[in-house]
Amino acid sequence: MSDAKKKKIEINNLVVKYEDKTALKGISFDVYENEILGVIGPAQSGKTSMLKVINRTIEFIPEAKAEGVVKVDGEDVMKMKNVYELRRKVGMVFPLPVGLPLSIYDNVAFAPRAAGIRNKTDLDELVERCLKQSALWDEVKDRLDSLGTKLSGGQQQRLTIARALSHQPEILCLDEFSIAVDPVTTMRIEDVLKELRSEMTIILVTNLVQQARRLANRTAFIFNGDLIEIDDNDVIFSEKPAQKMTYDYVNGNFG
Amino acid sequence: MSNTTQAMYTETPFVRTKRRYQGLAKYIFMSMTLLMILPLILIVGYLFVKAAPVLSLDFIFTNPIRGMRDGGIWAALLGTIYLVVISLVTSAPIGVLAAVYLNEYAKDNWFTRIINLAVVNLAGVPSIVHALFGLGAFVLFAGMGRSIIAASLTLGIMTLPVIIASTKEALGAVPIAFREACWNVGATRWQTIRSIVLPNSISGILTGIILQVSRAAGETAPIMFTGAVFFKAIPEGDLLAYGIFDQCMALSMHLFTISTQVPNVPTALPYGTAVVLLGTVLLVNAVAIVLRVYLRSRKKW
Repeated sequence: MSDAKKKKIEINNLVVKYEDKTALKGISFDVYENEILGVIGPAQSGKTSMLKVINRTIEFIPEAKAEGVVKVDGEDVMKMKNVYELRRKVGMVFPLPVGLPLSIYDNVAFAPRAAGIRNKTDLDELVERCLKQSALWDEVKDRLDSLGTKLSGGQQQRLTIARALSHQPEILCLDEFSIAVDPVTTMRIEDVLKELRSEMTIILVTNLVQQARRLANRTAFIFNGDLIEIDDNDVIFSEKPAQKMTYDYVNGNFG
Repeated sequence: MSNTTQAMYTETPFVRTKRRYQGLAKYIFMSMTLLMILPLILIVGYLFVKAAPVLSLDFIFTNPIRGMRDGGIWAALLGTIYLVVISLVTSAPIGVLAAVYLNEYAKDNWFTRIINLAVVNLAGVPSIVHALFGLGAFVLFAGMGRSIIAASLTLGIMTLPVIIASTKEALGAVPIAFREACWNVGATRWQTIRSIVLPNSISGILTGIILQVSRAAGETAPIMFTGAVFFKAIPEGDLLAYGIFDQCMALSMHLFTISTQVPNVPTALPYGTAVVLLGTVLLVNAVAIVLRVYLRSRKKW
């Protein structure tokens, strides 16, 4: 691996416990600037918990406890005073689309407004750019004032992505974004992600092994709270990854 | 193969039994609904028939005369309005803000749980107990004397836990996913509450408050000890006739007085009073329903 790359996120011995079970059992890895890191692994292996630690929304789950150190841009997220700035820096897209009960325009303008941007022209520009990036603009440009909650599931998911981009994040975390989206739109969003790679760091959690293979530079395989392997895609998806388990999971002959 | 397909769509004894139970269930529920409506219609009809001789605008806008055996109910009606308005003006803001804190900010620990438990239990305390508390706290300890303000505050204390409970319920009906979506983009809790939670729960909150109007208007016990009197003459037609440290008449109390304490009252008088009390409450409830329909139509998911 080229050590010349700048580390965007450093995860060091991260443990996440819920009341009765341990979701992550001490994983460590780095995410480099401007790469797409694929994260694969079966359900319940702690992938979502990991994302929630990165933008510290784990603290909204009362029974969850996180130990270990997660640094974004070299700063420990647990010790950050301005957690709102951290969350603006990290765009989050979760599996189930959430259209806020606001107009489509306000859905996208919500985060910039919360950050204090009031200028109408700036907002207009930002909303248009984010909706274009999430491949939704053409479908909604004539009805920006209609309700975001009235959109179809796939459209709402793209609205959610637009909202995650609206606060101009440096890191974009996508958690199973394609579950509620049709294959054609998925391909369009994947194209967008490839373009975004030059501007931001992307963590792509996905159940679709092929999606990680198509998009990611490197892929991490997490199983049952342990990091089994993280390496370049060339290695992970080759005939000989370091772990036999990785090979089995990637090729679908697991268990 | 075709035989089994045919057999699938014919009526078997099992299907007939299912149908019979389903029909039975429907008629039981329907008859209970009718049983519920019937007494209501009877009561309201009976009241109106009995009250018919005295019902007129004069009845509403004149004071009782000749030892409350004649005349109208103006002083009592205005007293009730004062009591209800002042009690809600004090209890609604406190209740709603407390509920927002409990539902949106408070961590789930033993302290919050005790508070929540206390709220639920307070909502079930009988009104006569609130009356004694009001007598002790406002009339005697705070030195307000028997007055409109003391009686209103007692009613306010009585309605407070119910307002907190109904507001919490309205806030809880806003999906948690909306809040998480806002937090994820760097909004503070307050920004989330202001722009998402409150606009989408306001109809439920208002309904809860307005329903307390009927409760405050109908209670006799809490005001009997703290500020309501048998009789007080005030200028007719003057909406500002009472001062907040005056004692006042109230509809519920008046109804109690003329039905049980004063001899030889014409029967139409208490019924007329009851109709006006009922009418006032129904009017407020109607406002609540209109408001609810209007705010519902703007609900966004």
